[in-house]
Order: sequence, then structure tokens, then C-alpha cells
Amino acid sequence: MAMLEVESIEVFYGNIRALEGVSFTVDEGEVVTLLGANGAGKSTTLRTISGLLTASRGSIRFRGREIDRLRSEEVVALGISHSPEGRHCFQRMTVRENLDLGAYLRRDGEIEQDVERVYELFPRLAERRRQKAGTMSGGEQQMLAIGRALMARPELLLLDEPSMGIAPVLVDKIYETIEQISGDGMTILLVEQNANRALSVSDRGYVLETGRVVLSASAEQLGSDPEVQAAYLGGD
Amino acid sequence: MKTIGRLRGRLPAWSPRAVAGLVIVAAILLPFTQPEANSFMNNCVLALAYVVMALGLNTVVGFAGLLDLGYVAFFAIGAYTTGWFSSGFYTNLHIHIGVSGYLTALPGIHLNWLLVVIAAAIICAIAGIVIGLPTLRLRGDYIAVVTLAFGEIIRVFAINGHSIIIPSWVPLFGGEPLTNGRQGITPIDQLQLPGLKPFDQLHLRPWYWTALGLALLVLFASLRLRDSRLGRAWVAIREDEVAAVSTGVPLVRTKLSSYAIGAAMGGMSGAFLGAFLNTVNAEQFTFSFSIYILAMIILGGLGSIWGVVLGAIALTFLNYYLIPDVFNSLPSTFGLGVNLTDLSYGIFGFILVLMMILRPEGLLPERRHQEELAEGIGETEAALVEERR
Repeated sequence: MAMLEVESIEVFYGNIRALEGVSFTVDEGEVVTLLGANGAGKSTTLRTISGLLTASRGSIRFRGREIDRLRSEEVVALGISHSPEGRHCFQRMTVRENLDLGAYLRRDGEIEQDVERVYELFPRLAERRRQKAGTMSGGEQQMLAIGRALMARPELLLLDEPSMGIAPVLVDKIYETIEQISGDGMTILLVEQNANRALSVSDRGYVLETGRVVLSASAEQLGSDPEVQAAYLGGD
Repeated sequence: MKTIGRLRGRLPAWSPRAVAGLVIVAAILLPFTQPEANSFMNNCVLALAYVVMALGLNTVVGFAGLLDLGYVAFFAIGAYTTGWFSSGFYTNLHIHIGVSGYLTALPGIHLNWLLVVIAAAIICAIAGIVIGLPTLRLRGDYIAVVTLAFGEIIRVFAINGHSIIIPSWVPLFGGEPLTNGRQGITPIDQLQLPGLKPFDQLHLRPWYWTALGLALLVLFASLRLRDSRLGRAWVAIREDEVAAVSTGVPLVRTKLSSYAIGAAMGGMSGAFLGAFLNTVNAEQFTFSFSIYILAMIILGGLGSIWGVVLGAIALTFLNYYLIPDVFNSLPSTFGLGVNLTDLSYGIFGFILVLMMILRPEGLLPERRHQEELAEGIGETEAALVEERR
């Protein structure tokens, strides 16, 4: 059984149907990428999984359990953590305060340990632990957003556009860390515009087009398919 | 402003606590420097009641960042709780709990005020949740509009309450009116508290200490809430709702608890003011009251507990002393045919405008709100510097 099973979900923004029956699965330990142009429904899919939006049809199961009617805090408590599009760090809080809020639902005594672990993954955050998130660069804030999502001790990590608007050097750094997290056994569902980059760390990928899955294949196949390259991946 | 900051940096860490302790002791001893009843003591009692009210609104607006323009509703509901449960208003009923002396001989419902204030807190907390629910899906200005409307609904109910008859299937209250409209429910029972003589309007010290006790209770609760897990969740949703939700902060419960707690504080103050003013009158519950309380917390510093206390005291004395007693005839000395009291809301508005220009973060700013405002300025300055280069 797959860890996450999304089955023909439909999602509406008012009268506009953003997802027209999206289905896919994520297995334990996998990195899966959702690709597609702007407005294809990638972020909407992530937001629906994490309980920010509700599917009007279809079902989402996490480890066999229906989660599509749960509130977002319940989804986080089950072990799905979302690093939202546009980073959304608490701008006027320090790095440390942001990380602490990531552990908001936890009551165990190992929070300190996990903060140190995040600092190990992102040494830049350790250097800036007392700095306000709003004073950091986009890339550093992206690191913080990922670190904050990890603080909830998720089993499934949802990453929305981790390379958006970030200096290429830092994109490299972030993707190295994503590989590292994945290497430690984390299951990751990734949404990216930067398709080649995303596929380089992924096992499988799905291509979304106007609210539908139009293609699903292994990362190598998607990366080497000339048609896919031309249509979705900016073909070079 | 910078000197204050530097001074603060030099003082030892315990000094804010020591100052707070001294202020509290001075507040407790203050009545001994005054006669039993004078207008200064009267204003002090009002100021303390407004401190409670302002700290309540600060929980909603300052901590959780939800702009509530209908806070008068909780003044009204709290005051009516006193009106209903400690007066002769419901003459057909004879209920006496925890009261002694002449009150036991009077018709109506006469509960001990301690019970009334607890009831007021509970009823207002429920009302706070009721108003909170429809605003959950809204943001910013839209919340303000809905809460404003809620305040007006309560006021209209209060005005027309003498012709709103409680349905006969309601036990005890069936067939009775809801309020006494513009005539007001009066007189209200004088307070009877354990260990104290029954209160009366000629001896203000017991009133003062009761109000002070209420204010200290709410002050302490505010301080604890600010540093609690819930307090952090409020700041998180105020700072960035999307981020808060994605870290698992329960949006519904967090927002509703701020409405409920803020409302309960307002209700306690309302229950006190109902008894102290000795009337619960629909005319008291105007929109301008909500703005008056909001002005206190903006003057003091949004989210800053001690700032809000200062703002409430300052605006109370401005409204009840400086404007009517000291400067009231000022316009006529310039040959103008108005009293300053007629202009009081204009004066509040003017003060707020001045504050926005000179010290937008309030008299005693909260750290994070201050940064919020400084950020905008900093960016503009940086841009200007950049341009000059």
C-alpha cells in the first residue's frame, strides 16, 4: 500500500474547477515530483493534501486513513508537513522562534535535539539563529521554511517550489539538502517549476495540465522524453 | 525615544519588575491620600474599569491581530448581566443568593456580585465565540465590519429590549422583557463582598479596590497569556496566517479563544461598570464606545500590556477630567460658543492622528509591533539613501 494515495480529487475555487480529478500515489521513502505550467494545479494539490483546501470529490488517504476531511492541524499531527509556496516565514520572528513554532504540536522533550539537527542540515541557519527571518535572503528563508516543516517530525514532507526566486548557488545548496533528507529516509512530495532540477532528485514524476494528470513516469523517463522536455521542461 | 532605549539597556534585568511592583503598591495605597469620595477617586475607579476593558480588547486586537470594532457589545452584555441578576428589574421573581441586609427583602433577582461577574464572563465568552464564528473565514477589514455590525445589533436589542418579551416557555423569565430600553435598569444592587461592608456611592474606597483587584487579575492573566503557548499561537496567526496553519496552529480554536477571552474580560468590566454607574441603559452602548477603547490601546501601544494600561488611564482622565473640568471653557475664552465636551471625540481623533505622526508604535510600544512599523520606515530610508548614491 502506498503511503499517500490521492484518488481523483476535484477542487473548486468558487466556481472555477482547479483540479479535475487528480490521482497519484507516493510510496514510502520516495521522492515524487509534480510538474506542470503555472495554473496546472500543483500547489492546489499540495494545499488540498495539507487540509488548507477541501476536495469536493475524490479521496486522499495517508497510510490507509482518509484525511481529506481533516483540519490542517490534524494533518500535521498525523505526520504531513507542508513548506508552503512563497516560503511564508514569520518575518519578525527569529530563526529560532520560527523553528520553535514548527514544533507547535509537539510536546516531547526532543525539540532541542531537532533544532540542532536542522542547524546541521542548514549551517547558514545556525549562523543566523538570532536573526529575524525577514532580514534574510530568499534562499535562507527557504531553508528556514524547510527546517520549520521538519521540526514537526513529519513522515511525509510537502515542498512547494523550493527554488522559486532564489539565487542559483542557494538552489544548489537547498537541493543538496533535499537529497540528504531523502537519503535519511524521508518521503517527499515536491512541486517545482524548475523541472530538471526537481527530476534530478526524484524517483518518479507526474505532469499536471489544467487540473489533470496527463503523464506519469519515472524521473529518468520524464527527463529524457524530448516531447516532455519541449512542452513542460523548457527543453534544452 | 532613543534615550529611553539606551536607559533601558543600562538598567538591571529586574528593574521592570521592581517598577511594576512599586506601581501596584502605590495603586493599592492611593485611596489613603484621598477623601472617601471625590471626583478624582471616581475617575480612578472608572480608569481601572477601563483598564480591564482595554486589556480585553488588546487580547483580540493586539495579540491575535483581529480588528474588533464592536467591543461595546461585551460592555453591554456584561452590564446587562448585572442588571438582570442584581436589581429589582424582574419584580415578579424573588431570588436571593449570597446577599444579606435590605436586599433580601426586595423583589427581583439579587445574586452576590461575585456570582454576577463570573456569569458575565461566561456569557460574554459565549457571545465572543458567536461573533467569532462568522469572522473565521474573513480577514482584516472584513472582520472589523462584521464585529461592528454585531455591536450595533446588540445596541438595537438593548434599545428595543423593553418590547422584546422573553417567550413563555423559558423557565422563570417567560413573559418578561429583555431590557428596560432607554429608561435603563436602575437602581442596581450595591456590591456586597465578603469581609467588606455593603458598598455605597459615598464611600469609593471599596469600589476602587474591587476595580483594582479586577484590573490586577486581568493584567496578570494578560501577562501569562502573552507568554503562553496560546499567546505564541496568537502572534503566529497575526504575523502570517498561512505559515501558522502550515505549522499546525489550530486556526479555529486559536482565533475563537482570543475572542472568548477578550470578551470575558470586557464582560467583567461591564458587570462592574453596571453596578458602579448604578444603571444599565441602552444609551451607554454606542459605537463610539468601541472606538474609545480602541483609541486607548492604540495610544498605549497595540499589544503592549503596560502600554494599554497607561493608554486606558490617560484617556479616562482626559475624558472625565481634563476635557470637562479643566479645559471645558477654553473655547469660550476665544469667543467660541462651544464647550470642549462637545468636541471630545474630535479631540480623541486629533490625538490619534498626532500619535500616528509622532509615535505610531504607542506610548509604551510592544517590541514586535514596533519593528513592524519601523520596517516600513527603514525600507523607505534605505531606498532614499540608495537613490542619493
